[in-house]
Amino acid sequence: MSVRDKRLYLEDLTVSFDGFKALNKLSLFVDPGELLCIIGPNGAGKTTMMDVITGKTRPDSGTAWFGRGTDLLTMTEAEIVAAGVARKFQKPTVFEQLTVFENLELALAGDRSFLKTLRARTSTAQKKRIDEVLGIIGLTAQRESPGRILAHGQKQWLEIGMLLMQNPELLLVDEPVAGMTPHEIERTAELLLSLAGEHSVMVVEHDMSFVRSIAKRVAVLHEGHVIAEGDMDKVQKDPRVIEVYLGV
Amino acid sequence: MLSLWNARKGTDRGGAWFLAALIVLAVAAPFFSQVVPATSAFHLSAFGITLIGKYLCYGMLALAIDLIWGYCGILSLGHAAFFTLGGYAMGMYLMRQIGPRGVYGDPVLPDFMVFLNWKSLPWFWYGFNHFPFALLMMVLVPALLAGVFGWFAFRSRVTGVYFSIITQALTYALMLAFFRNDMGFGGNNGFTDFKDILGFDLHSDSTRVVLLIVTIAALGASYLACRTIVDSRAGRVMRAIRDAESRTRFLGYPVESFKLWIFVFSAIIAGIAGALYVPQVGIINPGEFAPINSIEAVIWVAVGGRGTLYGAIAGAILVNYAKTYLTGAFPEIWLFFLGALFVLVTLFLPNGFVGLISARIKHKEDGPVTPINKEPAIDAVAVSGVPDEKDK
Repeated sequence: MSVRDKRLYLEDLTVSFDGFKALNKLSLFVDPGELLCIIGPNGAGKTTMMDVITGKTRPDSGTAWFGRGTDLLTMTEAEIVAAGVARKFQKPTVFEQLTVFENLELALAGDRSFLKTLRARTSTAQKKRIDEVLGIIGLTAQRESPGRILAHGQKQWLEIGMLLMQNPELLLVDEPVAGMTPHEIERTAELLLSLAGEHSVMVVEHDMSFVRSIAKRVAVLHEGHVIAEGDMDKVQKDPRVIEVYLGV
Repeated sequence: MLSLWNARKGTDRGGAWFLAALIVLAVAAPFFSQVVPATSAFHLSAFGITLIGKYLCYGMLALAIDLIWGYCGILSLGHAAFFTLGGYAMGMYLMRQIGPRGVYGDPVLPDFMVFLNWKSLPWFWYGFNHFPFALLMMVLVPALLAGVFGWFAFRSRVTGVYFSIITQALTYALMLAFFRNDMGFGGNNGFTDFKDILGFDLHSDSTRVVLLIVTIAALGASYLACRTIVDSRAGRVMRAIRDAESRTRFLGYPVESFKLWIFVFSAIIAGIAGALYVPQVGIINPGEFAPINSIEAVIWVAVGGRGTLYGAIAGAILVNYAKTYLTGAFPEIWLFFLGALFVLVTLFLPNGFVGLISARIKHKEDGPVTPINKEPAIDAVAVSGVPDEKDK
């Protein structure tokens, strides 16, 4: 496969904060429909990498391409969202006083100006789409419940659902299972696996057993660049990974 | 209208009761004032009519505040400024209606200008002899001030308590400015001694009844307009802004533009309320700009129950009725009462009196239930919108 066929292609990204290199010639790609897991110790540059992809941080050097001919480094945060990159932050924030349905409704694509939303009616097709997403994230029974009564895991799923409403091509998911019960972790794994294929998904996670359960390909970040990548077994046998993680 | 439909089919039960009460009032007030003879104990005096009209104007101001505070989390502590500006626009029309009947008998200049030895009408008084022009200004002046002020404040992302403080400064600055004689608005005396409106004598009972009916209609229409907004998708975006502003922005909604629109609309309602207030109470002066007035209006909303619209109106009427009674019977305790009321409501009735009542109704209908497996009444959900600051 050539460079041009990648969903996301990062090359030689370098970001420094006051001389500290948060990213150091980081190169990474994501294939269309792939689910890629990123692991790495604290300070390895995972969040900085997400910030660069979403336009929050500008790199000192390097390139970042989103599909064919879309240069992420020249775009604003809003343009990147519009181009199809959706980011799920670590801490779930849903609208507590609105119902699950209304949360998803606000995430629908469409004109977001005051006057347009004042007159907006949710069409049958849109309702169908919302119900479809409710099914995907497993919250059909909670359709009319206010966001604040959802359990922690359900809030995370609802937020993923809100990202799905915008039909993103690439989903960036930051530590989705932190603080979840084992059952919720299992459900989240199923959810993310079901999303891959239709969307490209990049998951940053600390939980190794979770990563093992979902990832076909894993990239290990350390000191701002990728030190190993491949399937989970290969990565875990890599002497450099063992050194970084176990301090051998 | 969608909101009328909602009131009828019962999704806005409180609103339906409120609108029904308005209609009853619009029929009963003229009846007890005009048909029941003055000798009867049931006769409604001109004073009573004016008092009700005054309360309803305050109710409209409370409605305007609840729209932005209860639904969008914008706490304006300067909303009486828009109310007073609307009042001044009406006052200017009424002053020009006096014509040559003033003490000094000048056909064009109001008395205070003659007194200040002014030779001609200042340019900004032109046009106020025409009612349609004055009507336009009652809406336009508050809207323009809210637009400019809001544009700067929201664009600079001034939120929360900082926004509240600068709105206090705004109304205080306006008060100081209007106190000055050179401003051309009558200085600390303001405007009074009005004679008539559209050719009708302001002191006649029938004019007062008509003014009350117009006020009832304006309050009802404002309520329906606000209800339509908060029930629309834009209303849900407003509540999203109230609860998690940056999340809403991240979803792609232009938060500043939403706040600006709703702030301007709220200022217009406050302006109309002020314009209706002035012919009924017969006076407008810079004291109405006093910061305490805006704070009092916020207390009405809190007491009634914010985030319900009708609760705010009920709160305004209740607190002002108490004020009329207490300042008459025990003038020295009124401010202590107001302070204590605010503290008690904040501590024990976070959803105001309306929240208390709707919780009671819910309790009666459903029987006692453990709150864990039961979702609270929909009204309670809307009311409990205390904006948590987690987002800031």
